[in-house]
Amino acid sequence: MVSEISRRSFLKVGAAASSLVLGLGADVLSAKEHSDAEFTPFVRISVDGTVTVIVRHFECGQGTATGLSTLVAEELNFPLAEIRMEFAPAAADVYGRNGFMATGGSGSMRDAYIHYRSAGAAAREMLISAAARSWQVSPENVNLNNGVLSSIGKSAPMGRFVVEATQFPVPAKPQLKSSEAFTQIGNPEIGRIDNKEKVTGAAKYAMDMHLDDQVTAVILRSPRFGGKLTSFDVANVVDNPDFLRAHALPNGDGVAVFAKSTWAAFQARDLIIAEWDFSKAENRSSDEMRADLLSAVNSDPEYHAKGSIAGTASALENATQIIEQEFYFPHLAHAPMEPLTCTLARTETGVILYDGCQTPSGAQAVLSRMLQLEPKQIKIETLFAGGSFGRRANTGADYHREVAMAFLLFGGETPVKLVWSREDDIKGGYYRPAVAHKVRMGLDGTGRIVGWDHRVSGRAIFKGSFLERRMVRDGIDLGSVEGITDTPYSIPGHYVGVTDERSPITVNWWRSVGHSHTAYVMESMMDMAAAAAGQDPVSYRLSYLMGDSPDQKRLASVLRLVAQKSDWDGQVPEGRSRGVAIHKSFHTYVAEVVEISGNANDGVKIERITCAVDCGVPVNPNVIEAQMEGGIGFGIGHIMRDEITFTNGEVDQFNFPDYEPLRINDIGAIDTFIVPSVEPPTGVGEPGTPPAGPALANAIAATGVRVSHLPMSTNGVEFV
Amino acid sequence: MNFSITVNGIKKTVEADPETPVLWVLRDNLRLTGTKYGCGVASCGACTVYINGEPTRSCQVPIEDAEGATITTIEGARGRVAQSVQQAWEELSVVQCGYCQSGQIMSAISLLSRNPRPDEADINDYMWGNACRCATYQRIRAAVQRASEILES
Ligand code: FES
Ligand code: FES
Repeated sequence: MVSEISRRSFLKVGAAASSLVLGLGADVLSAKEHSDAEFTPFVRISVDGTVTVIVRHFECGQGTATGLSTLVAEELNFPLAEIRMEFAPAAADVYGRNGFMATGGSGSMRDAYIHYRSAGAAAREMLISAAARSWQVSPENVNLNNGVLSSIGKSAPMGRFVVEATQFPVPAKPQLKSSEAFTQIGNPEIGRIDNKEKVTGAAKYAMDMHLDDQVTAVILRSPRFGGKLTSFDVANVVDNPDFLRAHALPNGDGVAVFAKSTWAAFQARDLIIAEWDFSKAENRSSDEMRADLLSAVNSDPEYHAKGSIAGTASALENATQIIEQEFYFPHLAHAPMEPLTCTLARTETGVILYDGCQTPSGAQAVLSRMLQLEPKQIKIETLFAGGSFGRRANTGADYHREVAMAFLLFGGETPVKLVWSREDDIKGGYYRPAVAHKVRMGLDGTGRIVGWDHRVSGRAIFKGSFLERRMVRDGIDLGSVEGITDTPYSIPGHYVGVTDERSPITVNWWRSVGHSHTAYVMESMMDMAAAAAGQDPVSYRLSYLMGDSPDQKRLASVLRLVAQKSDWDGQVPEGRSRGVAIHKSFHTYVAEVVEISGNANDGVKIERITCAVDCGVPVNPNVIEAQMEGGIGFGIGHIMRDEITFTNGEVDQFNFPDYEPLRINDIGAIDTFIVPSVEPPTGVGEPGTPPAGPALANAIAATGVRVSHLPMSTNGVEFV
Repeated sequence: MNFSITVNGIKKTVEADPETPVLWVLRDNLRLTGTKYGCGVASCGACTVYINGEPTRSCQVPIEDAEGATITTIEGARGRVAQSVQQAWEELSVVQCGYCQSGQIMSAISLLSRNPRPDEADINDYMWGNACRCATYQRIRAAVQRASEILES
């Protein structure tokens, strides 16, 4: 894939008088011609020698800004620490993939690896050519290092040659460094690019925007999903001089409440009385939802996603031993640390949106439709995002739609800052859907799997989304079955059936999407099979990964590495138990071992976690480790104790006290080991999450309790 | 109503509803946005500032109770301890999204000011109330200990 992109790559130069701007032609990403996409400026070098990398993705902590900048730094032989980064403007034809500009699927590095390196390499070659001509030496005799061009007896800061460099043709195929020559890619000493501003409080998030004449809008939403506003009354809002006014949203979804400050807006909203029509709303309670899902996985599936139901049934009839297990996963909120917010303001040519924007193309489409502007009249200034975990991207662009409605309701001229409270966030939907699984697995007399009947029921995440074409096949939503149907294990008699569940509750992708539940089921079942077979969980898994496919080999190799590093074959210390889980997601292979002390009844403590990851070329080992640590913490924290539940359609939780984040004392050290690789780099934002829960579950199972309904804390496990 | 407070060494008069939490006075009135809103219910620590030297969840203190107080925010964090903490945070690339980190750093500075050599349990105990949804916890633990080393050297 990488070499194909590199063959088709070409670079163009923007000859701005005072800087050299380089990037890939838009044609690389799309076959269409784009007249206004002269070049994609990935890199800008100023006459004073400042190097700016233009990052085409948002930064929500996953480290993409560091990663893409490292690629340029490497090829330009320029220290990352001195590079500046800037978020790209919303221009899908230039910065998008297939005409859509967004961040997701742990795909930023995968796509950028060649693009950003090529931009850096082209700049290097052009600067060298300019110096060589001026010094009348051959380009081979010119070096570029740390921003200094040099040749025998000559040297000059590269900024001096920026203007001349732009007169050279952009090399069609700039020479990329060989991996042995890398000094920054793969260097574990290289830290993040955004440390400084984030430790001084200077980093700007959308929540920090404040335009002088802005008003703040908060939305009073229906307490039940699918409810419609019938009336509201502001009579109780008294003694609040900063309250401005309130208007019903035109789509019936709620009331926009305007005030001069955030606090005043929250206060006013609390006192507004609204009436709702719940006739089309979700009115069930969680118990009914769970019962409905469990009944679906005990019935004939709506879709056959893999294998033959009859074939597997007959294989199971001949099995010596049947293992049968139901699983239930609750709704989960993303709860990024920065609640949702964005600001919309009028400009001379259209509008500008200030946002930690995960999907500039989605926001542009919604805003242009609602404001009746051309997409290019919608400017987007992307700011740091205080986490996302998937929440900031959704097909309806929910909070962009809200800001547009609020902006228009307030007159369409005054800048409007939309703010969500934490309560809005916890109660506001776009959840990881609740999902049920049921597996019936058959083993023969030697403990080998002979059949595996796997049924899943949950909400189809991708149906109706902007990813539908890629992620829905023959009616089967990959968000429900990814990680099962494409498992690297060689499982004989593997049947997978799916039943979609329907509800007005809004759902969305949540860090690792379908893998957030499928890995738990796959890896719990593999452990149960190993136990039933009386075999070691690691060797049992390896015996299903003996093939020659890269998938099996790479997954087996992270498993071997984690076993070695966790001393899996050694003596488990007194009072401790261990569990292992492995999973491939987003082209990345991860294996984790969780070591606990205690047991389910007296209290479990997570003592230590060992992680092995194969994500191809490790561009920023430090970021990879951080993403494994964060992904594991995110996965395990929710599996321990988080759920969104409903009573008569209303969300029971309100804020962190009852949607408790993982805390510092919940989890011991995480040691991450990266498999050396020359394969193209793959993503790391999500793949750390899927194995964490099942590795914990398997550790707890080793103490005698198999937890299959989540969260663990309401299903029989105490944590200390 | 008008209130006077001293923020990062500068005397300020702000006009606000007496019940407005200090958090929102800092952010909306004074535009000191390093202090973050995460929950509003004393459950995340993103809003941690020092009020008269005490680390405080600014979302819980109405401005009327802070009349005349001296407030330090992340923007005004100065001194050896603060420097060591920020340096350690950078060295170890603790931050991910960064949104909780002003609060983490303010808590870490006050921990080290009281206990210059905290062990893991001390750190866990003291930092418990500072949530990080990105789960940067093990680096926080390591960075507090690194800051302690820097302080000693
Ligand atoms: S905002 Fe104050 S503790 Fe969360
Ligand atoms: S760094 Fe993102 S919440 Fe802590």
